[in-house]
Amino acid sequence: MLAAVATLLTGCSANWGWYVVDPTKSAGQTNLLFLIGGLKFTILLSVVSILISVVIGLLIALAGLSSSRFLRTVNRVYVEIVRSIPLLVLILWVYYGLPQLIGLNLGAFSAGVIALALGDSAFQAEIFRAGIQSVGRGQLEAARSISLSYWDTMRYVVLPQAIRHILPALGNQFVYVLKMSSLVSVIGMQDLTRRANELVVTEYRALEVYSVLVLEYLVLILIVSAGVRWLERRMRADERE
Amino acid sequence: MTELVTETVIEVCDVVKTFGDFRALDGVSMDVAAGEKIVVCGPSGSGKSTLIRCINRLESHDAGRITVEGIELTDQSADQVRREVGMVFQQFNLFPHLSVLRNLTLGPMRVRGLTQADAEARAMEYLGRVRIPEQAGKFPNQLSGGQQQRVAIARALCMEPRIMLFDEPTSALDPEMIAEVLDVMAELAVSGMTMIVVTHEMGFAKRVADRMVFMDAGEIVETAPPEQFFSAPATRRCQKFLQQILGH
Repeated sequence: MLAAVATLLTGCSANWGWYVVDPTKSAGQTNLLFLIGGLKFTILLSVVSILISVVIGLLIALAGLSSSRFLRTVNRVYVEIVRSIPLLVLILWVYYGLPQLIGLNLGAFSAGVIALALGDSAFQAEIFRAGIQSVGRGQLEAARSISLSYWDTMRYVVLPQAIRHILPALGNQFVYVLKMSSLVSVIGMQDLTRRANELVVTEYRALEVYSVLVLEYLVLILIVSAGVRWLERRMRADERE
Repeated sequence: MTELVTETVIEVCDVVKTFGDFRALDGVSMDVAAGEKIVVCGPSGSGKSTLIRCINRLESHDAGRITVEGIELTDQSADQVRREVGMVFQQFNLFPHLSVLRNLTLGPMRVRGLTQADAEARAMEYLGRVRIPEQAGKFPNQLSGGQQQRVAIARALCMEPRIMLFDEPTSALDPEMIAEVLDVMAELAVSGMTMIVVTHEMGFAKRVADRMVFMDAGEIVETAPPEQFFSAPATRRCQKFLQQILGH
């Protein structure tokens, strides 16, 4: 698709510099490979962040549903504060500020993961809370009536049902994290966006390079969305005849 | 049935339960002997469901004392009590994402520590007793209401409780499926299980009950063996109720 668009546009106007990303030219190939090289960092960063954010989010959600008032307060304070901080600001604070606070040096990747995971976890917490609350009370009562422990009830009865309900929202969050991962380019992380920025600086062809960047994210996210939809369909099929 | 002194397995003593301003249970006392079948009936809002839900701590009583199998019922002892008391709900409450077999083996494996093989063997035995062993691999939404309720009964039985509570087990069923569930319950009764059944099925009650309990407005108004209860109800409230319910 990339090649088709690039070839089409190369023929359109001589004033544009599509040659920098023309896959039929060797310079274009080198540049394209350089740009695509950022993909592994984008994906790795996003996947690690969302895995951590899901775990934190689930724990915060369970705290929010607890009978302990202290835990419920922890939930509210955490969610309100984290949701109020713009992600870019959080990234800058974690990368530049946090090391001074804890005396530990953080690489761009670690800082990026921490910031993304924290930033996303508040949304995950709200999504899990809604999902868990959507599981009917009868399910909890049935679990209690056969003496299942709290953790067994969560693990075998409530969460499997909750996750089926919230899968679309979880998929959305994954897409959100993939897009927001572009912000870590500002702290030097070699993701897709950073690579594009660096190429623009050397080749001076902003339109062409950034257009490829747009296409990269578009393709990546379309694939992820399709994957999430496939997973949803499969989960629903499991419960059907 | 021989007239032996049988042990009391449930003691309910002056129990009060309020929801806000509403007194659902207003000083209820009742003793249940081992192997006894009690049918609790009464109009809507009389407290019958609340009473049995207090017995397995799905609701916590506000005053009075409940003792099950010699254990006084508190938040701390609730788990221990629930292992001996099985419950069947009006809405079945099967776990929809698990197969019938898994619905039955989850409790025994996680709570009683059975191996998967033992739990499955037990599950198949009880599925046989409720007459649907061939449905083991299906999911709840593939079964009829009557089959689902029988699976729910089997699930409770798999924990091998000494007492079974039934909260209007046939009220959510289409009429043609009520009989299959009541038959299973009648067989369970014959096998010696201690049962408390909240139900409007008076035919079943006449067949199976050792004692009828009539509740109204949070109180036990009348309790008597079925022959006496149905032929000569002592209180006017009970007479009126029976007229309404047996009228059609």
